Amino acid sequence: MKDMLHQVEPLIPSLRRYARALMRDRASADDLVQDCLERAVSRWYQRRDGDVRAWLFTILHNLAVNQFRRTASRGRHIPIDETNKDSFGEAASQEHKLIYQDVLTRLARLPEDQRAVLLLIAVEDLSYAEAANVLGIPVGTVMSRLSRARERLQQEIEGAATAPANVVPMRSVK
Amino acid sequence: MNHRPITEDDLHAYVDQALEPERRREVATYLDDHPDVAKRIGAFSGQRDLLRTVLAPIAEEPLPAALNLARIIESRRQRPFRLGWAVAAMLLLGIGGAGGWIMRSEIQASPNGLVALAQEATSSYSVYAPDHERPVEMRASDTAQLVQWVSSRLHHPVKVPNLSPSGYRLMGGRLVATAHGPAAMFMFDDDHGSRIVVLTRPMNGTDENAPMTPHAKGDVAGFAWADGGIGYSLVGQAPPDSLRPLANEVRKQARTI
Repeated sequence: MKDMLHQVEPLIPSLRRYARALMRDRASADDLVQDCLERAVSRWYQRRDGDVRAWLFTILHNLAVNQFRRTASRGRHIPIDETNKDSFGEAASQEHKLIYQDVLTRLARLPEDQRAVLLLIAVEDLSYAEAANVLGIPVGTVMSRLSRARERLQQEIEGAATAPANVVPMRSVK
Repeated sequence: MNHRPITEDDLHAYVDQALEPERRREVATYLDDHPDVAKRIGAFSGQRDLLRTVLAPIAEEPLPAALNLARIIESRRQRPFRLGWAVAAMLLLGIGGAGGWIMRSEIQASPNGLVALAQEATSSYSVYAPDHERPVEMRASDTAQLVQWVSSRLHHPVKVPNLSPSGYRLMGGRLVATAHGPAAMFMFDDDHGSRIVVLTRPMNGTDENAPMTPHAKGDVAGFAWADGGIGYSLVGQAPPDSLRPLANEVRKQARTI
């Protein structure tokens, strides 16, 4: 278990980042990572040879998908606007907090499968083949989802230029 | 110059800095000549930078106590231990309590044929499937040696069932002791960590050919059958409906040895 500690511990921060960006909610993201680590510990000796990072992301992603399914079936979806802003993170400055909030809100409008591909590749630096492995889909599908995710996020960002998401429309004074 | 055409995949790989240097130059040249595409790709690169910058602080946060890996390892280590002792205690109580001086008659009254095989498979599942340290003795990476070993001990060519189309990957296997001689056990798991066990051994004259028969003990269910003197049982902690197709698949594959 010593080697596990050495190989897995440095990866926990990026697992947290992926989970948070995927789930948006800090507490449930950390719960997910905790679940992931527990599973990783119990299955350490059964893992197939290969990259530990991709293996951990696979476990985490499967847990996230289950979570999404459960939430969807329970219908307990938390609308973006009602989530506690602090639960997103402890951004250093107020300004950064605004951008952070804004980017996550736009990211959250992407379908889950597109969001996952974009995060794994653009943020977590997984190769296309690794991402395909983690998500259990062919590389071709990874590429098309990545493409759709980027187009979609661009629309969100450009749409924001005309109607910023962080500006609350004033009630019309009549 | 004859360049390979630039694909959409190339453009994304350009954004993700995943291209070989030569191809990267080709794409860069292409983008110089196509400002519209360059604008779109520039926007994608901007997104990538933005996401990375905005999400970076999450990875800098101090880890909460719940994510202390050393502690998770420690608490896990105690769990299989307790479970292992529970199983051992049950076995000891079973043998010591109910057994003891009636041991001789117990053995004589022990079941034969398919019923025995089903019990052996269930016991193997109960003992080995919850094991976190060493559920199998030989891992899937040593399948060839595993097959050679169990085949020589069973005096019969054993084939490892392939259940990956059904979502179960081979973890490995081991030889297990039964009252009817050695048996080969193979363990599989799916992406959610659910494990199943396939046990096989020669039937030694009883129930040499038997139809697919369900069995269950608590929430551990399974199917046992025998073909041409070789018995099989597939066991898992899952509804029988989900195990039956797996058992059918194992049976089909075993018949084509």
